[in-house]
Parts: sequence; structure tokens; C-alpha cells
Amino acid sequence: MDALTIHQGLVVPLDRANVDTDAIIPKQFLKSIQRAGYGPYLFDEWRYEDRGEPGMDCTHRPKRQDFVLNQPRYQGATVLLARENFGCGSSREHAPWALLDFGIRCVIALSFADIFYNNCFKNGILPVALDDAAMDQLFTACFSQQGFQLTVNLETQQVSTDSGLQFSFEVDAFRKHCLLHGLDDIGLTLQEVNHIHAYEARRKNEAPWLFQA
Amino acid sequence: MGQTLFDKVWEQHIVNQHDDGSVLLYIDRHLVHEVTSPQAFEGLRLAKRKPWKISSIAATPDHNVPTTLREAGITDEIARTQVEALDSNCTEFGILEFGLDDIRQGIVHVVGPEQGLTLPGMTVVCGDSHTSTHGAFGAIAMGIGTSEVEHVLATQCLIQKKPKVMRINVEGNLAGGITGKDVALYIIGKMGTAGGTGYAIEFAGSAIRSLSMEGRMSLCNMTIEAGARCGMVAVDDVTLDYVKGRPFAPDASQWTQAEAAWRQLHSDSDAVFDCEINLDAANIAPQVSWGTSPEMVVSITEDVPMLTQARDSVQHEGWARALQYMGLEAGCKIRDIAIDKVFIGSCTNARIEDLREAAAIVKGRTKAASVKQALIVPGSGVVKAAAEAEGLHQIFIDAGFEWREPGCSMCLAMNADRLEPGERCASTSNRNFEGRQGLGGRTHLVSPAMAAAAGIAGHFVDIREWK
Repeated sequence: MDALTIHQGLVVPLDRANVDTDAIIPKQFLKSIQRAGYGPYLFDEWRYEDRGEPGMDCTHRPKRQDFVLNQPRYQGATVLLARENFGCGSSREHAPWALLDFGIRCVIALSFADIFYNNCFKNGILPVALDDAAMDQLFTACFSQQGFQLTVNLETQQVSTDSGLQFSFEVDAFRKHCLLHGLDDIGLTLQEVNHIHAYEARRKNEAPWLFQA
Repeated sequence: MGQTLFDKVWEQHIVNQHDDGSVLLYIDRHLVHEVTSPQAFEGLRLAKRKPWKISSIAATPDHNVPTTLREAGITDEIARTQVEALDSNCTEFGILEFGLDDIRQGIVHVVGPEQGLTLPGMTVVCGDSHTSTHGAFGAIAMGIGTSEVEHVLATQCLIQKKPKVMRINVEGNLAGGITGKDVALYIIGKMGTAGGTGYAIEFAGSAIRSLSMEGRMSLCNMTIEAGARCGMVAVDDVTLDYVKGRPFAPDASQWTQAEAAWRQLHSDSDAVFDCEINLDAANIAPQVSWGTSPEMVVSITEDVPMLTQARDSVQHEGWARALQYMGLEAGCKIRDIAIDKVFIGSCTNARIEDLREAAAIVKGRTKAASVKQALIVPGSGVVKAAAEAEGLHQIFIDAGFEWREPGCSMCLAMNADRLEPGERCASTSNRNFEGRQGLGGRTHLVSPAMAAAAGIAGHFVDIREWK
């Protein structure tokens, strides 16, 4: 996983609530057994006129011009804005994989669904939750200014613009630590191996039916 | 101060308490299917790691499997590759798998409880958001992503922060024909799809206690649609009666000890919750979703809402978009909505009781001519066999419904079962998102009896008036 400390990038505004993971990456692409290659199919049903299939070359597929990701001014965006409950629904980690493969490193929304929020941190994407007033300001600025960029600083937990807008965000200390350093948390858990063995030894007496071969 | 049910199970699974407030939580049962596991097994191999506790894992393919005759195998090459990857991963690591040729194969959230792999007081995880289903047994059960699937495989643990705990009390008697599914949809309609975010939810009250295990599973299944990762119901005689004698449940030599432990799995009378909601069972009518989020739901007696009823501009925009996608007029009557297809199945509603309720509606009648297809997809081979032993399959076939092989099927339409653009479906599944059942497909979430009745009438009807 790539570390994320300070990220500056072009912002794309997806002005919708309850964006679900089926919309982020439709089910047919979940047949892949890879972690990469989902970027061309990100938001497939909203981005393209035709029905997408795994392995399809997307360069010449007809695009829905009214969809925000297809608009020329947002090409190359690495920060996504959205409204309430982003990433709801299915636990598919293919959703953050698709966002990352497309180039998104930070999603800023009013709120996130729990599983999606967690999955982001495992893949080097920073999800930032801001309040209503802040989201309204960011959407307004993004719609009104061509080339609107944001700087997201995980170290100081702040989102800021060159024009002086600045918002603080909350992040769990452990997740922050892992993302700042690009750490694999399986390795960290395996440092607690003695605790796991001790737990199992104790638990075998309390609940032996959980330890049958 | 007393403990909540959630607190009791949580505490029993703490391996190590970290300084930052997180814990290392031990996982008792890890259920695996073909879609969210291949990258986890690959990660394990790349890091030269092995599964920590093989006996905790059980696997079955469900999302990608055909529901028509199995002899031909899986014709979709990419889907077949994924199912074969599950087979070979299970073989390589020695993991219990109910493969396509095994009668125990089926939807992982139907198979787990059915086999006694899900037990009271367990921690249960699966790379699938509907893992919340297993909370019906007084278990902490939650969906996880593929990175966490790998984490659990490698360490038997998850790093977790304790969520807040909410109790939803549904008191009183449910009217005839009102199921766990209706209770779930009603609650989601009240709370919204983000109402439970950050919470574990305990469902309690006399109406919940009156539900069968199937009903409780349907309810807990849709906890995730209320935003909560995990839903629970306290253990009682209904739970124990269901578990006893299942293939992987404790045998007689351990039953007494297990039962004594499980009898403690309820919230103490003086337990304090972070949030408590009280609902009257008498207010719950058959539910029908009208939009593209499970919170867009009303009673069968109601109308699709007017946009002026939206609470703010974001909801107004969402409703307008949903109405356009669904091809519905604001204010139209739910009963006037005509359907093209029926889907009875999914991890929400593909258990034997669900099929019995649907068959009772269908018996002696015929599918409406305007309904192009009505699919009955049992949740497992075991459910299918049980239904056939009762003759339910013949009732459906005689009525013009299709009797299929077990799998997730048209709930998410990864296999060949899907809606075509513009088709409208009365579905017993759990998600009505845009495109969920097929590109451009329109989903209305209902109970099995409501779906069956819509298939007979050609439009939604109030099953309380069904004669």
C-alpha cells in the first residue's frame, strides 16, 4: 500500500447522496480475481451508454456526456467530493480498488458507510468526512472554479485551498499511522502472536465446541 | 451496571486491548465465497503465510453460480475461473468447501446457520456485507473487505474499535402475513440507510421474540441496509431449538456446557444503550420499496411520496432521480404498479419458511400473463430438497413459476439471471440500487408472500386481503 501524507490534486464533484458500491463498480467486474484493472469500469453504468463487460476496451465506448467524470474540466482528478453515506451497500473492496486504479487518492463526503470507509484505509485512499457547511462550500467552489484543487494534509488533518478555505477532519490514530507509513496491518497483528495463543488457550476451556477440528 | 448482549459477546472475544482504544478481536467463524476471497488467498501466498485456524473456515460458491441445470458446469468463462479459484484455494489449504456438486452448497448466509456453522455467541465474519444475517443467533457477525479477509485468514483476528450500541424494541403483535422482511424495511424507512452507521443494533421486544429464526435472519440480514455492520437478537428457546442437532453444532457431550453459556446471551435488565428506539408492531403493514435506496419504502396502502415531502434539497434531488430511474410518478398508488418479473430468493428470503409463505399464496393459482418470468431460487441444496419433499416445487411449477438451483442469482445478477433495461421486479432481495438486478432494471423490495402475490395479480396487492 502506498503511503499518503500530503496530497494535492484536481477535484471532481459528485453531487449525490447514498452513492453505493454497486454504482462505484458494478457486479460483472467482480468476477476478476485480480486487485488491479478496475479503473476503466469505475462508475461504469453512469459513465457509459452501453453495458460494460469485464475485459472490454473502454477507449471507444460511448460516454454519457452529462456525467461529471466525463467532463473535460475534471480529467485527471484525484480528489472526489460526494454527499451523505458514500460507499453504502456491498462490502466489495473492488470499490476502493476501482477508485484507486482510476487515480482517486482522497474522497471527501458528508459521511461514509462503515465497511467502505475501512476498506479505503487498507488501500491507500483517505476518506475525509466534513460537515454540511464545509461540503456546501467545497461543492460551490468546485463548480465555480475551473481547475479547482484541494490540498489534503493527513499529518495535520486539514483540507485546504490556495484561496484560504481550510477545514479540519477527524481520523482514527491507528489508521492515520498506517496510512502515513503505508503499513500492512497483518504484520502488525502478528507481533501480538503471544496474545492470540494465550487467548486461544483460555478460550478452549470456556468454549471447547469452538475448537473442534 | 448491566451489560448489553453486544458487550458480552465483544468482551469474550478481546485478545488484546490496545492503548488507542482499539482491540484485537478473535474471530470464531470465517465464511468464504468465490468473489471476495481470491485476492486474499493470493496475498497469503505472496507473504508465505498460512490460514491460522483451518477449522474456523467454511466456503461455498454462491454469487457466480448458474441456477439452471448444473450438469453443463459454468459456461461463463470468467465466472468459472473464479469458482475454480475457490475450489483450488480450499484444496490447497485444506478448507471445508461445499462445492457445486454438494447438496450443502448454497448462499453462504443460508448455509452457515443451516449447517450449524453459525452458533450463538460467536464472532462471524465473511467478505460480504450481509454477514449481519448471523447476528440472529446472538452472534457478532459482520461483513468485511478482502484485505480483512486476508487479515482473518492470517491471524484469526481483526483490529476493531467498539461501535456504539443501539436497541430497537418492537413491541406488540405483528399482524398476520407481516414478516421479518417487513419489519426490516419498516425500520430502514424510519431510520434511513445511514441511521445505523457506527452502531451495532440489537433487535428486541415481543414482536422480535415472536419471529422464527428465519424471520430473525431476514431482519438481521438487512441491518446493513440501515447502515449498521451488525444486528443481533438475544438467544432464547427458538434459537436453541434451531441449532440443536445441526451437523456442526455441539454434540450431546458438549451441549449442556454450550447451552449454559448461550443462555447468558441477552442484555441485562439494567443494561444501558447509546441509543434506544421504540416501535409499535401494530403499525407495520406489508412494505414495498419504490425507489433506488432501501430507505425509499412505504406500506402497501400508501402512495409513492410527493417531492414536496422531501426533508431537504439533497433528498429532493435523490427522490427525483429515483422516480425517473424507476419510471414512476410521484403520488402514484403502490397497488397500481405493474410488474414484469418476480424474484424469490437471496440471503434475505430463500429459506424454507420463505418458500412456504410464497407457496401458500401461489397454491392453485397461475402467474399473471403480463408477468414474463417468476423465479424461485432456494437458498441452498438442503432448502431445495426440503421444499421438494413438501411438494412446494410442484405448487410453483404448476403456477408457471420457475424452480431453480441454489445461489445468489438475481439478487445481484452476477450470473445469467437478470432484469433487462426498464423491467420491473417484485423482489425478495435486499437492495434496490440502480442496476443492482441488471442494467436499467427496476427493483421493488418486498416479502416472499408479497412477491408471490404480485406475480399472480400482475401488480402489488395487500396480502392481508388475499383470499
